[in-house]
Amino acid sequence: MITIKRSDVDKMIAHAKGCLPEEACGLIGGTKDGADKHIEAVYLLENTDHSNEHFTLDPKEQLAAIKDMRSKGLVPLGNWHSHPESPSRPSEEDKRLSYDSTASYMILSLMDAQKPDLNSFHVENRRDVTKEELVVI
Amino acid sequence: MIITVAGENKEYESGITVKKLIELENVETPEYVTVSLNDEFIDGGEFESTEIKNGDRIEFLYFMGGGR
Repeated sequence: MITIKRSDVDKMIAHAKGCLPEEACGLIGGTKDGADKHIEAVYLLENTDHSNEHFTLDPKEQLAAIKDMRSKGLVPLGNWHSHPESPSRPSEEDKRLSYDSTASYMILSLMDAQKPDLNSFHVENRRDVTKEELVVI
Repeated sequence: MIITVAGENKEYESGITVKKLIELENVETPEYVTVSLNDEFIDGGEFESTEIKNGDRIEFLYFMGGGR
């Protein structure tokens, strides 16, 4: 199970809408309790691709975010990105580029602007996708 | 020597290289990992020649990207 605060979901949605038509992206940090993850911080980073079809995080921004997490006693839990025009599920490219099998990969779909859809996924072997139980608190 | 890897203090033999540390830490898909040493990014071509020293701080950053 992975938990996220309503305020952090709203923060992601607002940022993703502000980045349209481009994909938005960032990192998530928090705590781990056995198999459970609790998101305590959402980071809004630049999509260096500036594309509506792709995203890439800037390593310098990643490092700054990770250092901020550590200073707050948090650990990196994964990343998030938006799909402006497609559903909330990993694309073939998302799977192919999911190099960290310990990470949660969150995808926020804005396909229905009135009803943003956020889901979290675990990807093994850059191929096998499992949807994580996401609880908004 | 004591070094900090991904925020955790760890003890390793002195003189190991970044390449060796990547092996010892069982880093997944190392070809897609960016390494920072004391907040400076190291070029992949220098992993084999860069020695880690006592007190160094190392982070492994996975490439993160995707597409629809």
